[in-house]
Amino acid sequence: MALARPSDFAHASAPAPGTFNPAYIQVKNFSFYYGHNKVLHSLALDIPERQVTAFIGPSGCGKSTLLRNLNRMNDLIDGVRHEGDITVGGRSIYDPLLEVIALRKRIGMVFQKSNPFPKSIYENVVYALRVAGRNGKSELDEVVERSLRGAALWDEVKDRLHESAFGLSGGQQQRLCIARAIANRPEILLMDEPCSALDPIATSKVEELIHELKKEFTIVIVTHNMQQAARVSDRTAFFYLGKLIEYAATPDIFMNPKNPQTEAYVSGRFG
Amino acid sequence: MKRFFDSELETFRSDLLRMGEVAVRQVRDAIQALLTGDARLAERVLAADDELDALEKQIDTEAIRYMNLRGPVATELRLVIVGMKASHDLERVGDEASNICKRTIRLAAEPPLKPYVDLPRMAEIAIQMLRDALECFIQADQEKALAVVRRDKEVDDLNKQLYRELSSYMIEQPGTTTRALELMFISKSIERIADHATNIAEEMVFLNDAQDIRHDESLKKSKA
Repeated sequence: MALARPSDFAHASAPAPGTFNPAYIQVKNFSFYYGHNKVLHSLALDIPERQVTAFIGPSGCGKSTLLRNLNRMNDLIDGVRHEGDITVGGRSIYDPLLEVIALRKRIGMVFQKSNPFPKSIYENVVYALRVAGRNGKSELDEVVERSLRGAALWDEVKDRLHESAFGLSGGQQQRLCIARAIANRPEILLMDEPCSALDPIATSKVEELIHELKKEFTIVIVTHNMQQAARVSDRTAFFYLGKLIEYAATPDIFMNPKNPQTEAYVSGRFG
Repeated sequence: MKRFFDSELETFRSDLLRMGEVAVRQVRDAIQALLTGDARLAERVLAADDELDALEKQIDTEAIRYMNLRGPVATELRLVIVGMKASHDLERVGDEASNICKRTIRLAAEPPLKPYVDLPRMAEIAIQMLRDALECFIQADQEKALAVVRRDKEVDDLNKQLYRELSSYMIEQPGTTTRALELMFISKSIERIADHATNIAEEMVFLNDAQDIRHDESLKKSKA
């Protein structure tokens, strides 16, 4: 049986060119369990294409769990199961014909703490391509420059591409991880508190970058920083105790939240 | 370092300046209509007041959005707050221009009470105060802002002088009462325009120095 190609699901239900799919990622009545412990409760939300969607909520609310379900990272944990479905471009990510590895290639991920490989800056960026057997120097050079430019890091590192990634500052390392995540041209970028280990200047650079990257990628970001959600996102989802409490355009969530729990959280009165 | 939302502040600033230009134009045209008895020009000024109302709402919307989403502090915070207050003052300036025009239309139907001497002088000072206050927004010129504040007294004095003069007309020639009252209210409107210019100048001092000089009478008494 032929396995589905990743591009089979990407943009599968995209509307006419020039418009973006308002429901590119669809979370449909999705529940998730660690063993008997139900941590996500019948979540339903549509995530628009090429916009930034922020997940906010107190620790343990399930925002990171949902994020990690979007590329099936949670499959790696024993004893987990889900109910409901998640689709990308109209196609279920749980489709048995879909390779999980192929799915993850289309969905890049950036973590809380920068995690460069113990290799040169160059090799970090091209790592996934080398794993895929793509070793042509001109192609790799082009990918390195494009990705580092995309991550707003090129000008700072172009003269030391073959030096260790560990020589970079924390903010530069995080942008290198973003360059690595976009090197393979994913459609979606998941970011799990990408700035929580960074100082305000580095945070500001990554936020600028997020604003630039949304022209090309659909971005979902988990953040504890309310101001960051307000600054960078187009839509915000507030989670509490595994439930989606409110999901709306970011200015509405921060200006006129409909739910008192959302208002209490964004005002800093709990959580 | 430039931030992706810096353009929002640039838009905010340019909208406020645009509003200032429209307000100055409205006052200038209202005074022109009064001095020439041009009821049609007065009607045009009345119709154009909507532009200021719309700009006030737009500036408020931009300010609230910026405070909501961008978390401004320091100079930016002062800019957004001062911008909202100044736009309210400019909208009131537009209302006073409209009041002048409504009275101008009524006055135009009657013979002139007297040659206008003090009213154009008052209006000239008020318009210059408004222009100077707005220039402080562009150039952050504290001295100029303080000069606007001090100049307010000149307009107040001219208004009182006109009040006395027009009262005499009403007492001596009761037939002039209606026209004299219209002119009194016009004088009061010009005096209010100068007050709004003063408010804006005070707001600009706060924007530039974070110094609140409102209600500081010693400033107004000292000569520029």
